[in-house]
Amino acid sequence: MNEIALTSADRFDIRDWLRLEMFPHFLCPGCGHGLALRAFLWAVHELGIDRDALAVISGIGCAGRLSAYVDANTFHVTHGRPLAFATGLKLARPDLTVVVITGDGDGLAIGGNHLIHACRRNLDLTCLLLNNEVYGMTGGQVSPTTAAERYTTTTPAGNCEPGFDACKLAEGAGATFVGREATLQVPTLKNLIREAIAHKGFSFVEVISDCTEIFGRKNALGNSPEMVLRQKAGMRPDNWGNKVDRPFRPNPFPTGVFVRKTRPEYLELYEAMTAAARREERD
Amino acid sequence: MTAHLRNLQGNAACALGAIAAGCRFYAGYPITPSSEIAEWMAAELPRVGGIFVQMEDEIASMAAVIGASLGGMKAMTATSGPGFSLKQENLGYAVMAEVPCVIVDVMRGGPSTGMPTRPSQADVMQARWGTHGDHPSLVLAPHSVAEIYSETIRAFGLAERLRTPVVLLYDETLGHLIETIATEPPPPEALLERKWAEGPRREYRPYAAGEDLVPAMARPGDGHRAHTTGLTHDETGFPTQDPERVARLLDRLLGKLEHHRALIEKVDRVETEDAELLIVAIGIAARAAKAAVGALRRQGVKAGLFRPVTLWPFPEEGFRSAVATAKTVLVPEMNAGQLVLEIERLAPAGVTVHRLGRYDGEPIAPEEIVAAARELVR
Repeated sequence: MNEIALTSADRFDIRDWLRLEMFPHFLCPGCGHGLALRAFLWAVHELGIDRDALAVISGIGCAGRLSAYVDANTFHVTHGRPLAFATGLKLARPDLTVVVITGDGDGLAIGGNHLIHACRRNLDLTCLLLNNEVYGMTGGQVSPTTAAERYTTTTPAGNCEPGFDACKLAEGAGATFVGREATLQVPTLKNLIREAIAHKGFSFVEVISDCTEIFGRKNALGNSPEMVLRQKAGMRPDNWGNKVDRPFRPNPFPTGVFVRKTRPEYLELYEAMTAAARREERD
Repeated sequence: MTAHLRNLQGNAACALGAIAAGCRFYAGYPITPSSEIAEWMAAELPRVGGIFVQMEDEIASMAAVIGASLGGMKAMTATSGPGFSLKQENLGYAVMAEVPCVIVDVMRGGPSTGMPTRPSQADVMQARWGTHGDHPSLVLAPHSVAEIYSETIRAFGLAERLRTPVVLLYDETLGHLIETIATEPPPPEALLERKWAEGPRREYRPYAAGEDLVPAMARPGDGHRAHTTGLTHDETGFPTQDPERVARLLDRLLGKLEHHRALIEKVDRVETEDAELLIVAIGIAARAAKAAVGALRRQGVKAGLFRPVTLWPFPEEGFRSAVATAKTVLVPEMNAGQLVLEIERLAPAGVTVHRLGRYDGEPIAPEEIVAAARELVR
């Protein structure tokens, strides 16, 4: 056993960041959410964030359950509302690093309005949206990001709606940092999340995850490695516009950082604009 | 400290009462007839180093208030019937996760959009039962601008001390009524405050409560790293479906307000000692009832008024002693009969209970109560 010899203070060990008493975890075999959690905790570790000053807020659904496993200040709130809770917490406690973990149903359907306005408001929050294309926790119903024609328990004849591009929504709503990566490449995802958390202002990261048990099975997408290979086929941003290549990549999605810009952060702006009123009190 | 006499409308008194109580966070969404509370808070909070934010909807406002309170700030939101309906989801979260906060409902006519600028008292039962599941409710019902100020301060004290959402319930008439009041902030030592978790993390269990049934709250950053959830949880704060632990949590949640009835309950009585006709009313209807009691006494009718300032949990003992000499109870309320249900439930055998309702967007006048009372004692 040379395990101990390899351990050093700055080496990332996910177990240092988990509430191990919560294990075994509830995720299905092959679920991508564990990799997303790993990338997030790795990013937090590399940024040197004090866990006592880290708040993780999640909503309802498979992604929503992840906060309970993190050894930090964690809040598992109502369906679709984690960004609204986070807004209150961050305004009250700007000293905390506040990260929201949401899913495609939580963040884009029931919580869509909160996402739009969080992007516009530009409070210093980070939102990780774990997109597995389905309502997994409730048994596999169609979600806002389910691709057209896919089968789910509520689209037994196939989905009549197109899937939602969350990154385009975030960009359009004014988010100052927008990016997307898949759970296929955890170090790349980690780097993206790291940059998002370090970004001053609202940052939005879409994580392409996979749901093997409930979504993959229903659509004959194969087992977990096969679903991850499908991610790989879809996520070559350099080849994305290549028409010759297109038939071999049925569901392409660009990855990387789409928006990286500077705009005054909400709380800084609020304090500057109410400075006159704040002075009145002292007079 | 000197008292400042000011002419204020009820909604302004609510905002100033909140700031006097130490409220430093307000999140809201505009809705008639409560919007002046938000406007006053937007102007006043920066002066005391606080934060005002107008959120994208009623649901988000309630969520942001809970988030700020979890961060350690005293926090409030205000709304009216349609918005109060939307807040019920997260109000239930505040009950379950035991997060102190104050929600003001300035009642207007309903159902649905109803009459935004007309008064009503039709949210008496929404305030009690609005959110889903078995839950306790703490609701205060002031009847004057001065009492809106003082009850807002009391609402914060009860919310913080008991780790519970508190609803302040009054109608449009009171919200826009202008009266002269003394705004005297209470000294800090007079305010009831939250219990914060202290001591080593290893020994801390977020939902373990002592005899007072109120657990000490973890403040983010203090090192306790607690988990807060709306799922049914045990003393560790983590979800459980173990029947024994589930029952223990609900027993404590439901028992918490019962245990603190002495602190919570507040009633007002006018000439109830020998009253043969007892009027029970809240808010602006109670103002009319007070005038009616005076008029009836002058006409030789032994009338009295019982006013539950704490509406929920209903002050049962206070009502029982007030009704002791009564043969008849009259409940004037601006709805189709809500408070009267509780009075019927509690009235002793042999006492008849009548209601006087109106829901046409007009307040009940003293003369109507006098006329109804005279019919009953004839």
